[in-house]
Amino acid sequence: MEPHPRTAHGALRGASFESPSIDAVGVEERVARLCSRSIKKEAKLQALHLTLSMIDLTTLEGADSEGKVRQLCAKALQLHAALPDLPHVAAVCVYPALVGVAKRALEGSGIHVASVATSFPAGQAPLEIKLLEVKRAVEAGADEVDMVISRGRFLAGDYACTADEIASVKEACGDAHLKVILETGELGALDAIRRASDLAMRSGADFIKTSTGKIKPAATMPVVLVMLEAIRDHYLRTGRRIGMKPAGGIGAAKDAIRHLVMVRETLGQDWLDPDLYRFGASSLANDVLRQIVKQRSGIYQSFDDFSM
Amino acid sequence: MTSSTSAVGTAAPRLRLGGDDGWRYAPAPESTDHVELRDRYGLFIDGEFTDAADGRTFETANPATEKKIADVALASDVDVDAAVAAARRAYDEVWSKLAPQERGKYVYRIARVLQERSRELAITESLDGGKPIRESRDVDIPLAAAHFFYYAGWADKVDYAFPGRGARPLGVAGQVIPWNFPLLMAAWKIAPALAAGNTVVLKPAETTPLTALKLAEIIRDAGVPPGVVNIVTGAGETGASVVQHDDVDKVAFTGSTEVGKLIRRALAGSGKHYTLELGGKAANLVFEDAAVDQAVEGIVNGIFFNQGHVCCAGSRLLVQESVADEVISKLKDRMETLIVGDPLDKNTDIGAINSRAQLDRIEEYLEIGEEEGAVPFRTSCPVPERGYWCRPTLFLRASQSHRVVQEEIFGPVLAVQTFRTVDEGIAMANNTPYGLSGGVWSDKGAKAFRVTSRIRAGVLWANTYNKFDPTAPFGGYKESGIGREGGLSGLHAYLQPEEAA
Amino acid sequence: MATGLGSFTVTCQCRTVSTGGRRAQASGAGRHGLERIESCRRGGQTAESEHAGQGTTLSESRAVAAAKRLPVLKTHKVYVDGKFPRSESGRFDRALAPDGTPLANVCRCSRKDVRDAVTAARAAQAGWAARTAYNRGQILYRIAEMLEGRSAQFEALLAAGNATPDEAAAEVQAATDRLVHYAGWTDKYGQVFSSVNPVASSHFNFSILEPTGVVGVLAPESPLLGLVSATAPAIAGGNTTVVLVTGSQPLPAVTFGEVLNSSDVPGGVVNILTGRREEMLAPLAAHRDVDALVLCTADPDVARSAEIEAVHNLKRVAVRPHEDWTNVQSPYEIADLQEVKTTWHPIGS
Repeated sequence: MEPHPRTAHGALRGASFESPSIDAVGVEERVARLCSRSIKKEAKLQALHLTLSMIDLTTLEGADSEGKVRQLCAKALQLHAALPDLPHVAAVCVYPALVGVAKRALEGSGIHVASVATSFPAGQAPLEIKLLEVKRAVEAGADEVDMVISRGRFLAGDYACTADEIASVKEACGDAHLKVILETGELGALDAIRRASDLAMRSGADFIKTSTGKIKPAATMPVVLVMLEAIRDHYLRTGRRIGMKPAGGIGAAKDAIRHLVMVRETLGQDWLDPDLYRFGASSLANDVLRQIVKQRSGIYQSFDDFSM
Repeated sequence: MTSSTSAVGTAAPRLRLGGDDGWRYAPAPESTDHVELRDRYGLFIDGEFTDAADGRTFETANPATEKKIADVALASDVDVDAAVAAARRAYDEVWSKLAPQERGKYVYRIARVLQERSRELAITESLDGGKPIRESRDVDIPLAAAHFFYYAGWADKVDYAFPGRGARPLGVAGQVIPWNFPLLMAAWKIAPALAAGNTVVLKPAETTPLTALKLAEIIRDAGVPPGVVNIVTGAGETGASVVQHDDVDKVAFTGSTEVGKLIRRALAGSGKHYTLELGGKAANLVFEDAAVDQAVEGIVNGIFFNQGHVCCAGSRLLVQESVADEVISKLKDRMETLIVGDPLDKNTDIGAINSRAQLDRIEEYLEIGEEEGAVPFRTSCPVPERGYWCRPTLFLRASQSHRVVQEEIFGPVLAVQTFRTVDEGIAMANNTPYGLSGGVWSDKGAKAFRVTSRIRAGVLWANTYNKFDPTAPFGGYKESGIGREGGLSGLHAYLQPEEAA
Repeated sequence: MATGLGSFTVTCQCRTVSTGGRRAQASGAGRHGLERIESCRRGGQTAESEHAGQGTTLSESRAVAAAKRLPVLKTHKVYVDGKFPRSESGRFDRALAPDGTPLANVCRCSRKDVRDAVTAARAAQAGWAARTAYNRGQILYRIAEMLEGRSAQFEALLAAGNATPDEAAAEVQAATDRLVHYAGWTDKYGQVFSSVNPVASSHFNFSILEPTGVVGVLAPESPLLGLVSATAPAIAGGNTTVVLVTGSQPLPAVTFGEVLNSSDVPGGVVNILTGRREEMLAPLAAHRDVDALVLCTADPDVARSAEIEAVHNLKRVAVRPHEDWTNVQSPYEIADLQEVKTTWHPIGS
């Protein structure tokens, strides 16, 4: 493919100028304060239900097979047999090759199929191959596409290239929704995360997403707060609501509730909705279930009480 | 999912932040069952709790409920005499003769017991003074313990306090503290005094005596010799008799500039040592290159921390005109998420105003501000029916000539002004008789250093606000006070160099 | 130099000459300058009218007139804003030798002179504080150089007071050395008294000293060493000063102004007023644009009443009751006229 033209300095400056600078210590303090919110009783139960409805149940292993994906979909369809009144998760997230399996398993359930694409997780492939991968995933039935940005290009200052790539992927998605993974653990600083968020939203992202789950740190609270603030500012400027998906590292219900607090106090009630907030997680659902049963029964639960 | 990508609506984008709809936090009250409060508290003199000589008492109440908590002994001159005499005896006979490290170990003990009883103290502080439990738990009590811990270590190192000179204690310190940080102020006063080898008579504020009296229990339980710390409760008259007592060698006062001047006048010619921590009207300057969201958070911390009952509060927001609209708009949004109410609820951001009198004063300024032509903005959050409450308030379009800009309100009320250039911002910041503190928000390091060095105030926060630490000296320029508390400077305030003796 | 101290009467002549000088200078100086000239004129007239009763000085004058050459005597004026004006009041007091012999007329400054001096000190303060510590040190050292060069003059002035020649020489040397001492402190006291505070959060926290601002100094009776010892630490630390010279020997202080003026000290950094304590101290102590007071007095009533006036704006007050200033020298003298400023900066990225 054609090499991307190097971004002119003016454009580079323009891109960075529009993103406000971020003071990391201040962000940490804000996060600490948000984490001091105490969520009890009915507020907690509501939050737990909301969390379940926001989960993208995920398997992204080299060893993923049709059997593994079918098992995951079955779990998505029935989180806990003893509690039939629970909301269903938002989506099941798999590799492109397994989209078809998931689509068939979830038919009619209302649960979306999300596919990672664009040479996930490294993104180090020619653009045309990435676009082809996106098209194949959508053809196979993916409702949502989780792409990765080219972090190498971004860190090298090739903002135009990064933006063009996102726009191309968005076009290839057709009706499918596009989540743009920034892989924040590789971006180094909150300033860069803010800039990447702004760039992704301007380039057509429907969601911005922290991480692939393959790199640590992943969805830390400060990173998510900065991305939420970027979404807020984008909305206030354009009226367009972009979704947020933290992924990786959120395994406990307590953490998920802290995220909801952060969303509530940064973006407001409108974003407390699976259409605008997702958790990319593999083990979160069972901890949430454990807490829900505990809230209802008053008895602390074992993980063995819940299906894998 | 279609809603997320729906086209731009006709109405201006608005965040649904406050209000009652959607997901709300349930009440999360801190349990109080293990906190023991007595119906009646005495004076702590010479290691024992006693009634006032004339038997008089006053009531301390919970400002969130207006209900009485306890009757507290009202100390008269006679009681203050007894307390000073006990302090003098303890100084002469015990405390000044103790090996310095042993003295330090007593102070360490106090720090440790404070930590052990931290939850009880936090709850008591919030009950008696109205401050949110989040702050008493996370700020007041840990910092109080940290002060004792820091100064304890100085006790056997005072010879290093004055380079080239020895040091010795002053004697008996008479200390009067305010109601905004009752236990923390007691710690600021008592910890360096004891570590330096002085003995103490402390008078807590009449609306918030309880944590100081619990501290007295802790001091007694820690085995501190009788008379080393004496605590006399009462109002202004009691405080006056403490600071004017002939046998007090050092006066430490934290409170209003008005009262500070009366005390300073009374001390003239006495040769007594003194430190005064007084009022403030700090400017918090936000420059166009600031990290906006963190600046907004800093503005909120600056003025709404502890209901704005903070002498170093950032009560004047000076924002550069080029970013004023954005900053103010974001500030309003942020304010909508502040929760006013039950101080014991762990989610409360702004608790009760400390007293009826203080609420009256704040409300008077709210009227003054409107009369002067400033434009008020108040958030929509609900407040309880009983108790003393004040919703967070901005005065937009405030001017340097307005009283709400010039005078200390001591409440959750922020006067907002704009400036155009760095020099104008500095000039406005300094255009006040006060000089306690200031804030600067800029992402440009050189500018932050320049502005912090040009503002005539004792504590400058660059890209942060309302941070406190026992190692960091705190105190004012100009009419905000004389002397420093905290750090080595705070130790100096309780010592004299040998040659000067 | 001794010739300048011998006679008093000729001062009138000097005054006339000087008034003319003022007039010339004031031609472009506006209303304020003219008022001053008129005051000087009144002062001149008053002085002349009083001369009529002073037979001894007049006879001395005749004796001088009979000598070969008429010595040129000096007018002792005050030092304000880098200039040598007379008191706006046009009044004078007599400096007397211990035996009662008049030595010279000195200005008897008024509260308005105090006001003007504070204005000059305030105007100079920011610029002086903004000088580098190195530069302030060089300027203080320069004062010492100038004082050393004029030591004979100061010895004579002190000897005309109540000092023996040896004492006078020792005092001038001590004052010179004191200036050298403080010249060396300008870029060091900050290192002794500042701190980086190890706070328990991610902040770089430091406390430094900053000058308190405008410092009012009630100079001690000690005519040179005390004056220098009280003033040098204030200016070494970046303050500007208004120095009230109210003792029995004002001439060394007035002459010290000339030393300052030839030492690269910016105008307004040190302002020296002569006159009566009871007239000048209260307005200075109460002045809301003065930040600190150094009260060199052993009289507790004087200190107390000044302290009470100082409450108006909570001035920092340092009382210095020393009679012997030989050992009054330390960085603590500087630190007493400094404010501690604590600054917090986050450490992050």
